[in-house]
Amino acid sequence: MKSILPLNRHLIQRLGFGLITFMAVLTVVPIIVTVIYILVRGAPAISWEFLSGFPLEGMTAGGILPAIIGTFYLTIGTAIFSVPLGIAAAIYLSEYAADNRWTRLIRISIINLAGIPSVVYGLFGLGLFVLFLRFGTSILAASLTLSIMTLPVIISTSEEALRAVPPSFRTVSISLGATRWQTIRRIVLKEAVPGILTGVILGLERAAGETAPILFTGAAFFLPRLPVSPFDATMALPYHLFVIATQVPNMPIQIQYGTALVLLAFVLTMNIIATVIRSRARARREW
Amino acid sequence: MDKIVIEHLTLQYADGTESLRDVSLGIRENAVTVLFGPAGGGKSTLLRCLNRLNDLTEVRSASGRILIDGENILDPKTDVVALRRKVGMVFARPVVLPMSIRQNLCYGLELAGEKRRYKLDEAVERSLKLAALWDEVKERLNEPAIALSGGQQQRLCLARSLALQPEIILLDEPTSGLDPISTGKVEAALQELKKEYTIVLVPHSVQQAGRTADYAGFFLQGELVEYGDGKSIFTNPRDKRTEDYVTGRFG
Repeated sequence: MKSILPLNRHLIQRLGFGLITFMAVLTVVPIIVTVIYILVRGAPAISWEFLSGFPLEGMTAGGILPAIIGTFYLTIGTAIFSVPLGIAAAIYLSEYAADNRWTRLIRISIINLAGIPSVVYGLFGLGLFVLFLRFGTSILAASLTLSIMTLPVIISTSEEALRAVPPSFRTVSISLGATRWQTIRRIVLKEAVPGILTGVILGLERAAGETAPILFTGAAFFLPRLPVSPFDATMALPYHLFVIATQVPNMPIQIQYGTALVLLAFVLTMNIIATVIRSRARARREW
Repeated sequence: MDKIVIEHLTLQYADGTESLRDVSLGIRENAVTVLFGPAGGGKSTLLRCLNRLNDLTEVRSASGRILIDGENILDPKTDVVALRRKVGMVFARPVVLPMSIRQNLCYGLELAGEKRRYKLDEAVERSLKLAALWDEVKERLNEPAIALSGGQQQRLCLARSLALQPEIILLDEPTSGLDPISTGKVEAALQELKKEYTIVLVPHSVQQAGRTADYAGFFLQGELVEYGDGKSIFTNPRDKRTEDYVTGRFG
């Protein structure tokens, strides 16, 4: 019995290890399959005309330019509101706030904000921005709605990045006659920027791909022209995809997957940029 | 002449621990004053009172006065930024800021509003020479400071405080992580520096206290047990507890 035991242990270890490896590989499969599937089915639709043209013949032909531009505007609009607010909140929580009931309440709110279903944000945006503040279904209202949804991501990742800066840097800076704000601006923020940027991009990428929050607040079914002011409604890639996948009869499947591919490329590009920034910062890290 | 006069300083942290109990002493100008004793005695706390770095931690109550050049720096109206420029500090672990050697040295001066290049260059050279580091780094001032060895980093930290031309230098176990050769260099630098500055040192061992002290105070659990000139405190202590500690019977 004694001589068999080590062999059994060895076998169990190998089985367990194999199982864990298999599980890990399994997580890669969906993303690869999705990307390949969308790529194969959508690639034939991609052409200059598709990317730079307006939808034609009840959207069953032509391009998706208004949706691309719209998603671009919405992402920029979301960034304008959520980035300064999110970073400011993160600085407050990481650098200034004491650990008391009030800051715990703020933290719990942020966590819960992240858990609210996006369609609820849509409804909230409709009530507050579109109707009460009379922004109408517009880029402005949709951007503000997306901003609220994005804030928790930006705040929590930025706070994490700020907290990762060693406390000793702050002490040393203060001891050299820096004020708290000078320390934050010249040392802490400088070190945290890559992490903050990663959080910002991940947050905005989520905003770019969302349908529900813009559904009632700014997205248009079809517009014959590009939006010219923040008070115009706009077409957007995710909503356009929803429309042509479910609402338009006799829709060529190619255009659906082409649209999906463009959206996927938009979001993945942002994701890759975030990853590159993060890994570059890690390699450069000096402590 | 006493540069710093501490009168009946008592300090309690927010968690209720009493860190200093009715401490009174005068710290001489142009001398190395050593504060020594076992861990938890309040040495570092006292050091951090002298440049108000304790403002960053949760202090529940502090009473007493600390006079530097006759002014009570515990007064809420004290300009702490100006105070910290006048009272430089070197920490136990060398913490170089994530920038070049030169930028580390210029950081405090630039914050103080100094923009003139020749003034900054002057300060860099002067402070590095004072910290006995100039010859080792003069060719690579623009390299990241983190590339230096531990001993060099600690001397850079010393030079960084000196660049601000302070009047008092506080050192909190500055050689605790250093090899004997680097330690020797730092100690030798201190002996040079005391000609111009007032130096308050928390040493990392009794031996270092004995080597460096012109004046020494023995701290035990928040109390200043004995204070006097270095020679007598290490060779002929008045208090039994000081004697037991200095001779290695506890600690």
